[in-house]
Amino acid sequence: MAAVDDLQFEEFGDAATALAANPDGSTISIEDADETPKHQPGPPRGAGREEDDELLGNDDSDKTELLAGQKKSSPFWTFEYYQTFFDVDTHQVFDRIKGSLLPIPGRNFVRLYIRSNPDLYGPFWICATLVFAIAISGNLSNFLIHLGEKTYHYVPEFRKVSIAATVIYSYAWLVPLALWGFLLWRNSKVMNIVSYSFLEIVCVYGYSLFIYIPTAILWIIPQKAVRWILVLIALGVSGSVLAMTFWPAVREDNRRIALATVVTIVLLHMLLSVGCLAYFFDAPEMDHLPTATATPNQTMAAAKSS
Amino acid sequence: MAEAAQSPGDPGTSPKPLFAGLSEIAISRDIPIEGEITIPVRSRIREFDNSTLNESVRNTIMRDLKSVGKKFMHVLYPRKSSTLLRDWDLWGPLILCVALALMLQRGSADNEKDGGPQFAEVFVIVWFGAVTITLNSKLLGGNISFFQSLCVLGYCILPLTVAMLICRLVLLAEQGPINFMVRLFVVIVMFAWSVIASTAFLADSQPPNRRALAVYPVFLFYFVISWMILTFTP
Repeated sequence: MAAVDDLQFEEFGDAATALAANPDGSTISIEDADETPKHQPGPPRGAGREEDDELLGNDDSDKTELLAGQKKSSPFWTFEYYQTFFDVDTHQVFDRIKGSLLPIPGRNFVRLYIRSNPDLYGPFWICATLVFAIAISGNLSNFLIHLGEKTYHYVPEFRKVSIAATVIYSYAWLVPLALWGFLLWRNSKVMNIVSYSFLEIVCVYGYSLFIYIPTAILWIIPQKAVRWILVLIALGVSGSVLAMTFWPAVREDNRRIALATVVTIVLLHMLLSVGCLAYFFDAPEMDHLPTATATPNQTMAAAKSS
Repeated sequence: MAEAAQSPGDPGTSPKPLFAGLSEIAISRDIPIEGEITIPVRSRIREFDNSTLNESVRNTIMRDLKSVGKKFMHVLYPRKSSTLLRDWDLWGPLILCVALALMLQRGSADNEKDGGPQFAEVFVIVWFGAVTITLNSKLLGGNISFFQSLCVLGYCILPLTVAMLICRLVLLAEQGPINFMVRLFVVIVMFAWSVIASTAFLADSQPPNRRALAVYPVFLFYFVISWMILTFTP
């Protein structure tokens, strides 16, 4: 039997024969996921997803199995292990970003774009860009709002970069961790068809934050109405991406718990955006009044201090 | 040995113990020794050590300074040469980073709370930024070594350091919108120069389908440094 299995191509073997041929490969079943340490979330989820795909009749199951069988066999202390998380091409990253910007009902972001190849490139660099976009836009916005005032001395406010970095990176990593733990716990009680690995959840959260980069840049406009409309648009887009991703994972569960989970996800997202708007961007209306009476001399004096 | 071999060969003699006559053979005179033994000339090795050990300090420093200066020229006129990559060194990046951090110091101590970056912050941003970009490039499958990449990224800060110098000089003059426009223009030009110079060296080390992924963090890195330079107020 072993010889026959050796001659088989990966995509034609099912999970059981692949397991027999390669015991420590990526075809460990779902039950092992509970014992997996936090830093090895990738490999154990491979077979679980294959069985999901076969149950759902997804025509991507061949490709999913092929991808799952080829990757992630290095131990976690080697460099190659971490290279598997950066195994994306430029067009794949662009496709994932486009998928996060255009949430279409019924199309699951993870199924469609990630397909068992979660990457850490997107989450890390989108969060880094967002940190600097928020800090720089906030600084610019404050400068433009206080432009006419005599008593305002421009400061670059460099401290806020570290605060922004802490907030955004902890949101992008701790919330997925909590969500993953919660889903794992619910999985042990109610058998869900769809389950996500930790890295896939991090990936979804990272890419869903992309909409906030142009939003932060547009927040420079010092109109309250404009800013709140932008908040609602961004929340709508990224919230729906998250909701449509996680609804299949909890809908088998108790109705109330499923609804509460999705509502909590969207609520935390809203908290992040409103918090960033409130902390990094000064309120425009109250401070805008003195600039209306500023004379050209005062404007020159304020610009001199910049 | 001939005599010892003959004695057991004689027929008719009583059996003698083997090698009986061996002790009577005197080797040094009966068996000629031939050949040559040459001892390597020790003085030549000592002369080789002297060439770098006993040279004057001025020579040592000038050699390193010339190497750093040559790499500065390669950054200012980026061509596809491998000098920067082949003999990398981190002296140039250190000099540039220290110069940039010193020039970004504000004189006043009253608004330290919310002011510009401190000396240590500039250092941390430059070095940890460069390390992060290098790790990103290697994780994406690039075939550049760790220190080569650090070397290139550090040396390509040179245009931005020149921009900082120009900005500081321009800020000595009267301030106003024109002043700001001049500084903005200088910083934008130097930022583009830095990105183009570092891309010329780093882009070839990536497979073509991931080049943009590796170049974008470099763009972000120099953009942040340019922002720090532009928002500097004395």
